[in-house]
This record gives sequence, structure tokens and C-alpha cells, in this order.
Amino acid sequence: YIHIINKADMAASKGLKILVGCKRVIDYAVKVRVKPDRSGVVTEGVKHSMNPFDEIAVEEAVRMKEKKLAGEAVAISVGPPQSQETLRTALAMGIDRAIHVEIPLAQLEKLQPIHVSKLLAKVCESEKPDLVILGKQAIDDDCNQTGQMLAALLDWPQATFASKIEPSQDSKQLRVTREVDGGMETIDVSVPAVVTSDLRLNEPRYATLPNIMKAKKKPLAKMSPDQLGVDLQPRQEVISVEDPPVRKAGAKVESVEDLVGKLREKGLVK
Amino acid sequence: SRAASLLPQLLLRRRPASAGAFALLARPASSASGGLPPLTTEIHPGIKRGAFSQLTDADVSAFEAIVGGDHVIKDADEVLSYNIDWLRICRGQGQLVLRPKTTEEVSAIVRHCNKRRLAVVPQGGNTGLVGGSVPLFDEIVISTSRMNSLLSIDPVSGVLVAEAGCVLEQLDREAASQGLMMPLDLGAKGSCQIGGNLATNAGGLRLLRYGSLRGTTLGLEAVLPTGQVLDCLTTLRKDNTGYDIKQLLIGSEGTLGIITKAAILCPARPKSVQLAFLGLDSFQAVLDTYRLARRSLGEILSAFEFIDSESMRAVKQNLGLSCPLGEHSFYVLAETSGSNETHDREKLDGFIESVMSMDGCATDGTVAQDAGQFAHLWSLRERIVESLLVDGYEYKYDVSLPLADIYRLVEHMRTRLDGRVIRTAGYGHLGDGNLHLNFTTPKFDAKVLELIEPHVFDWVRDRRGSVSAEHGLGLKKSQYIRHSKADFAVRVMAEVKRLLDPNGIMNPYKVLPDE
Repeated sequence: YIHIINKADMAASKGLKILVGCKRVIDYAVKVRVKPDRSGVVTEGVKHSMNPFDEIAVEEAVRMKEKKLAGEAVAISVGPPQSQETLRTALAMGIDRAIHVEIPLAQLEKLQPIHVSKLLAKVCESEKPDLVILGKQAIDDDCNQTGQMLAALLDWPQATFASKIEPSQDSKQLRVTREVDGGMETIDVSVPAVVTSDLRLNEPRYATLPNIMKAKKKPLAKMSPDQLGVDLQPRQEVISVEDPPVRKAGAKVESVEDLVGKLREKGLVK
Repeated sequence: SRAASLLPQLLLRRRPASAGAFALLARPASSASGGLPPLTTEIHPGIKRGAFSQLTDADVSAFEAIVGGDHVIKDADEVLSYNIDWLRICRGQGQLVLRPKTTEEVSAIVRHCNKRRLAVVPQGGNTGLVGGSVPLFDEIVISTSRMNSLLSIDPVSGVLVAEAGCVLEQLDREAASQGLMMPLDLGAKGSCQIGGNLATNAGGLRLLRYGSLRGTTLGLEAVLPTGQVLDCLTTLRKDNTGYDIKQLLIGSEGTLGIITKAAILCPARPKSVQLAFLGLDSFQAVLDTYRLARRSLGEILSAFEFIDSESMRAVKQNLGLSCPLGEHSFYVLAETSGSNETHDREKLDGFIESVMSMDGCATDGTVAQDAGQFAHLWSLRERIVESLLVDGYEYKYDVSLPLADIYRLVEHMRTRLDGRVIRTAGYGHLGDGNLHLNFTTPKFDAKVLELIEPHVFDWVRDRRGSVSAEHGLGLKKSQYIRHSKADFAVRVMAEVKRLLDPNGIMNPYKVLPDE
């Protein structure tokens, strides 16, 4: 279904309802280590935080609220119990309420974008957002699939790698500037739509103390995949996870003669 | 660094200017007055060259035989960089730089210099702030840079043994691979060497939590001014057998010997590091917040720093860094390090709630949500020195005072120097009672220096503070030693110096006053 909201309506009504996806990932600054059994990476005791692209998505939703383009912003996270902390960060940045789709630990490692997009699609059926903003990809799997799959499942238009979101000229749609290989592409999409955020969309704010305190009292609803009727049967099997090959150390030489000698040794000069 | 050594130097987001809090402390390209700093002997014409011998070709040959021709630096351009300190306020006239690889080489060099009465200056990363690591006249520089092997790390006891030339940041990375961390962290970490850290008893950002090097250094090996090797390199936590001679060398600023190896007790690397950044509007609020922090965060508090508005203005204007809070008279960084993120977050939440309900206290503040924010907030404190250098010439002071007096000194000096300086900046390790007080002018101004010294030292002396909390005396503050030490104590120090260095060759003109 497609329904178009014009800007006058946006102002008069309470603005767009936005659903923002947040994923809890290993903090981008952490040095990732592969588990000895090569089944995955070490996550135990490792610092986690919100996926950086999702922070940008959250920031965009909050800015749209501040500009009165949006009326309500809801954050959603599919993940383990600790994903609640990620949602609290979103709430501390200005999101109104949060939904946590809790995934039992056993199924967590095998969770794929196909499952996440189905869960989000089900939530969209009941929440009926006008706009879903997701990070373009998660920094742990780099899949870059959930946004696109979600749009397909909902049969909604998608505007991926957004670096700017604004009302279109006739105010009936959203004008999104996308970062593409050849440069920038500007498209108009009707709502409801799925947009995925790219790096240059905005610079996320710091959560201020009063908002951090307020976030504790904002509603956080819990759901399970069973309640949503989504099957989490894995479609892929991870066979092994390995470190990239170690870069071989170079050797330092003490003189020009040494250098020439080594080059000859390796057959690089005659 | 702050468990911070979890952080690489790359930031995902393009933030203006900042390369992350752990970037190498950049050397200023040139002093603002353009070109080279003036010769130290011109700034201090009163200091006379000691009765040392002159360097001869025979000496140079002897050194070449010890370290090899490649590691004897005679070229004027190369030698120049070893003669200029990091702040670019000193320039010596040393003619020769030696770069030994082993303790035996250092010992042979020093033995030769002692026999020949040639003055020497031990030099590590050359990041000292009191002109203690560069020559004045023609002293020979002995650089420890090639002595950069990590000898061992014991993951069970946490003891790390390294050669003196190891760079602090690299040691911290190695420690990290074993779940440990170096017990100290300072802005110069990318360049400073552990030998120099010991020689200056460096303090830094986490002294509040991990104590000073006097406690965390279990043992060291050094070459004494006679060339003899002093082996006190034990890895034992407890060893009460006789006088603890290593304590003489720690903090001696290279005047009693050259440290060649060190054994350091490394704490476990914390699993959870949190950072709160608060905006406050009075110094009393800063003190109250500190009290609250000790009460509610006590066992996990790992740093408590304060920054005044002038320092914040400097990092914003001169380095283009952005501050996420509004304008405030003071800013506080409170960091926690612990073993359990959930527990620590709860404690931090409790601290924040108390802070916000405190009278006249912080309603403006933030808690770092990820590593990028963590690094950025720390850079607002760590890059203050760098930002002040952009103004031109920096007059640096580092004092210990009773907490209540810390900002009184800043306000007093700001009034005294009103109109004569670009800015008067006060910031520092509040938890240690350590104020960093800096003034800046476009170029060196002798009149400004006269207004500052000795007045600022007298003010500190009158309140029984220390004229040098952590930077040491070096060249710049040696004549003020009696402001913080009784005369008899200074005379005992001189006796020790005479005992260990009968010919006075080891880093002369530094630490102890002339007579």
C-alpha cells in the first residue's frame, strides 16, 4: 500500500512516525580476536556499543522530530538482553520509546539479516511507521542487506546510503540524496519508505545528562520472535572464521651494500 | 592509556582536526618566533661551563669503537634536533650524539667519559618540559632510543621487564596483549621512553588510581657516572634487604646515572572504562563533585581532571576541536575503570544522579557512549598543551597545592598578568592536587617572565605546596628547590650526588642549584 502525506498534513497531523533500527555490535575501536575453535570472534567481556551507522540513523530521527517533520520516533533492536543498553542510548539521544525483540543466546549467532528483516516487517505491521531508518550496514557482518530486504518484504520504496533526507519540492514525498559509486544521486520517494543511513548523513550528538536520566523512564517494550511468528531457522552455516593473513615483517638493512645483496638474494635484481 | 589503549588512532567519523586522544604528541613545526629557539646559554648567561674536558678526535674514535661508526652522530643538522627540547625553549650546543644498543656499551661510554671528565646528558624521548634532557654547553648526548627491547611479560604476576628505550605507548600495547596495562599514562606516551619516565618519576593521568612509579617500579638496572653497572633489576614484589637504592635513581632526572632496564608491575587491564564529562560553574562545584566522585565511585575511579574555560577556549580556537557542552567556567572528566560493565554503569548512574541533585551543580554533562566519544572527550584535556603552543610562547608551571588553593592561584596570576598575556590557562589532575598553570604570549617576553617568576613560586611556597608536582626541576626550576625542600635536605642531596658522581659529569647544571 502506498499513501502520500503532504507537508501541510505533516505539520497539521503529528508528523511522520519513524521507526529506527539499532544493533548492538562490538565497539568499532576494539581489536577483534578470533575464537580458538574458529567458530566466530570473541564477544565475552568485550566492549559493545551501538552500530555507528545506527547512531547516525537515531540522530536523523531525532533531528526530524526537532524540525517538526516527525512526530514520534521509536527505536527497535533485535538482539540479546544487553541490547537494552543500546536502546537506552537511543532513548538518551531523544527517541521517544523503544522495542526490544529479544533473541535467546542459542539462536543469536545464527541470526541473519533475512530473519531481522522479517521481524522488523512484522513490527511494521502493528506499529505502522511512515518511515523506517536503518544503518546502511552493521560493522560486525558488513552485510548491507536488512534495509533492502525489509523494503522488499513490505513492498515499500527504499532509499539506501542516504546522506541527506528532506521533504521533496512538492512536499508530498521525501527527497533523499544517496551516496553512490559515481557520486551523488537524488531521488524522491513516497512514504512509507525504508531509508538506510550513510556516514555523511549527520554527526550524532552526545547524550546529555538530563536525557540520560530521562531515558530510564521512557517505555521499553519487550517482544519475542515467537510472538511475532517469525521462524529463526538459520539459512546459512558458518564453516570457519579466520584472521586475515599476517603481513610479513620487512627487514631493516644497515647499508646500501646490504640492500643490494638482499635484492640479489631474492632474485629481484641481477 | 586509559583502557583507552583499546582505541586505535582512526576515528570512523570525520571529526575536525583531532586524530584521537592517543595520537603522537605532535612537535610544533617551528617556534612561533620562527626558526630556532635562542641558545640556552643566552637565556641563562649566569651559568658557567663546568671544568670539563673538550671533546677530541681520540674520544670520537673511542666511541666509534664502542657503538660502531653508524651510531656516533656528528653531523650538525642531525645533532641539532637532540639539542632542542620539546617545548622549543632551549637550545644546547652539544656536538655529539651516541646511540648505544646494550648496557655494556653504555657502561663503556660512561667509563670513558668519567675518566676523561667529559660531561654527558642521558636522553630518552626528549619530551621533558623543564629543559632537563638537552645539553646546555657541549655535553655529549647519550640516547637510549636503540635500547628498545621488551625483555619479558609475566601474565600471572603482571611484571613487565623492558629496556629503557622502549616507548611507553608500545609497552602498553604489548601489555594489552596479555590483559595488562602500564600503570601510567601521559600525553607524551607516543614518544616518551620508560627510562625517562622513571628518571623523572612521571605522574600522568592515572596516578590517582595506580600510584606513582615509586610504587610500581619493582627493579631497575642503571649505569652509574663511574661507568659501573648497578643491577637492582628484581621482579620481586617484596624485597626488604637493605637500602632501596633504585629510589634514588627514580626521579633523579638523569643526574645520578643512566637507567638501562626497568621491571614494572602492571595492573590488570580493566574490562569496563566509562567517562563522564561535566560542565560546572564554580570551582567549589568542582571540589564538591570530586568529593561525590570519591564517595560514589571510590574503588573504580581512575582519573579526575579539571579544565578551566580558558583552556577549553584554547583547544577550540587553536585546534578546532568541538566541545559537546555549553559554555561553563569549569569542565571535569571523571573516568572509571573496573571489571564489570553492568556494575560500573550502575555506580556511574548513581554518581550522576547525586551530581545533578547537588546544589549549584552540573546539569550539563555527558557520558561517553562509545569509543569515539571517549577518545574525543579525552582529547579536550590531553591536547591542551599542544593548543597553547599555537598561541606562540608558553610559560609552563606545574604545582601541587592544597585543593582549596588550586584555583585561587590561577585567578591571582590572571589578575597580575592582565593585559600582558594572550591567556592564563589552569587545568590539571585535581585528584592529585596538581595544577598545570600556563601563560601564553606571541613571543618570549622577559618582562612577562619577571612578573611570573619568582612570584608564582613564592605564592606556592607560602602555602607549603610543591613548585614542581610532576615535571621535575630540570634546568628551569633548579634554583627554586628550596621553595619546597629544607636547606639541609638539599645539602644531603648534594652529598649523594658527590658520592655517586665525583666528577660531576652526569647531566650537569640540572636539578640541584649551582653551588
